[in-house]
Amino acid sequence: MIGSHNIVRVSGVTKVFHLGKVELEALRGIDLEIAPGEYISIMGPSGSGKSTLFNMIGGLDKPTSGKVFIDEVDIAQLDAYELAWLRCRKIGYIFQTFNLIQVMTALENVTLPMIFAGMGNDLAVEKGLRLLELVGLGERFRHKPAELSGGQQQRVAIARAMANDPAIILADEPTGNLDLTTGGEIIELLKRLSQERGATVISATHDFKMLSASDRVVWIRDGRIDRIEDREQLSISVGQIVPRP
Amino acid sequence: MAPDWSTWETWLAEVGTVSRVATLWYSSHLTQRRIANPVREEIQTVSGQPSPIKGPDIARQVVLPFRKSLEISVKSLRVRFFRSLITTMTLVLAVAFVGFVWVSTDLADGLLRTGDSGVLQILERVGYDVRPGTTAAGSSAKDRWIVALSLLVCVVGIVNAQLMAVTERFREIGTIKCLGALDSFVLRLFLLEAGMQGLAGGIMGAVLGGLVALVNGLLRYGFSAWTEVSWGAVGRSLGLAALVGCLLSLVGVLYPAIVAARMQPVEAMRVEE
Repeated sequence: MIGSHNIVRVSGVTKVFHLGKVELEALRGIDLEIAPGEYISIMGPSGSGKSTLFNMIGGLDKPTSGKVFIDEVDIAQLDAYELAWLRCRKIGYIFQTFNLIQVMTALENVTLPMIFAGMGNDLAVEKGLRLLELVGLGERFRHKPAELSGGQQQRVAIARAMANDPAIILADEPTGNLDLTTGGEIIELLKRLSQERGATVISATHDFKMLSASDRVVWIRDGRIDRIEDREQLSISVGQIVPRP
Repeated sequence: MAPDWSTWETWLAEVGTVSRVATLWYSSHLTQRRIANPVREEIQTVSGQPSPIKGPDIARQVVLPFRKSLEISVKSLRVRFFRSLITTMTLVLAVAFVGFVWVSTDLADGLLRTGDSGVLQILERVGYDVRPGTTAAGSSAKDRWIVALSLLVCVVGIVNAQLMAVTERFREIGTIKCLGALDSFVLRLFLLEAGMQGLAGGIMGAVLGGLVALVNGLLRYGFSAWTEVSWGAVGRSLGLAALVGCLLSLVGVLYPAIVAARMQPVEAMRVEE
């Protein structure tokens, strides 16, 4: 059982959006298995359905058909409380637009998930400070998101995603709103933290910088998995795809 | 004696019932979702291994302590001070109006008890329904309608303002739901904010309305208005007016708060900033 254990398993997932009278098939049957501790990138052009897949895995949206299993539990069967628990403790989310709560300081943003998880205020503050230090923002815990740069905001978001030591970190275009260098730093940070903490990172992206950090890359095209590549295959194919500067 | 209390009490009781029913309906809705899960046990066996996601204690493992929710609500009110102020001003005005009408009636009652015929004439001239032999200056049906209408307009205004506030905060709500907030956390935050706005608006409105009514009484009837009035009745009127304000605020926020609480995180996230 241990060998076949998947932290995330997606089976035959389709998703149809109804835009007025038009039906849009965002996903047309996705099967995917992800082992614990893997660093997976879901790659694809915009509109390929990768964000939709990301939402399905994160339990943020329900598939039209098919199933998503987290730790071998079908998340469609979870009730409101269990889903909240899953989002609180099992999954850490990182978004393209950072989605920090604007009215709270960096530290308060990071401690909020810990408060939800029932941690005492002092402990949460202590752990929050440590996490902020870990992402390199130890000094700026009192700052509000508006007083931080994009890269710094994303660091806070990463610290927040790590707050309850989740097994899975879901990152939707984490570098999408950042410049090249900052994006690289964020990828580096994600990679390092996932290795240190043994967290599974699933990241939807079209940033080729993500490739070198990934264990596997899932290419999505028109709502289907185009191909899945391991890191070894990757170095060859990347050479063909990415135009060298 | 204050204005026709019985009508107001029935009316208030109705408002109370409506909000209670709504809360009950909402919580039963949550419970239903919780119970209607026949596959619960089945999954555990199918997966072949006990999963940490499933279990009877899950509901108690996601919490938001009351003190913390209070802290968050106070903070959001402070950050959106201007917007909160406008919502609160709606309440202040409505409560001030209600307080003014009620306290004015209290003043008239006090004067009426003196039985002075000159006073009776003044009261009649100002529009009180004073029949010979009555001891209470009952406000006319028209007055009651105007008060009821003003409260109604106030509630509609609050619903409007709070719906706007919810729309403005879609992303924030979606984010905290992604961090594991339950529907009830969101509901509680909005109700707390509305409660505080209601309290502030109610008290300010009552003070304002009471002051204006007292000054107005002084100018209109002379000093005897203050000496004859029963201050207990004035206090009661103002207290009730403030309470009405608080209730209006809560009633007004109920629908927007439920909309916010039931929103799926993905819908909330899709909204462009």
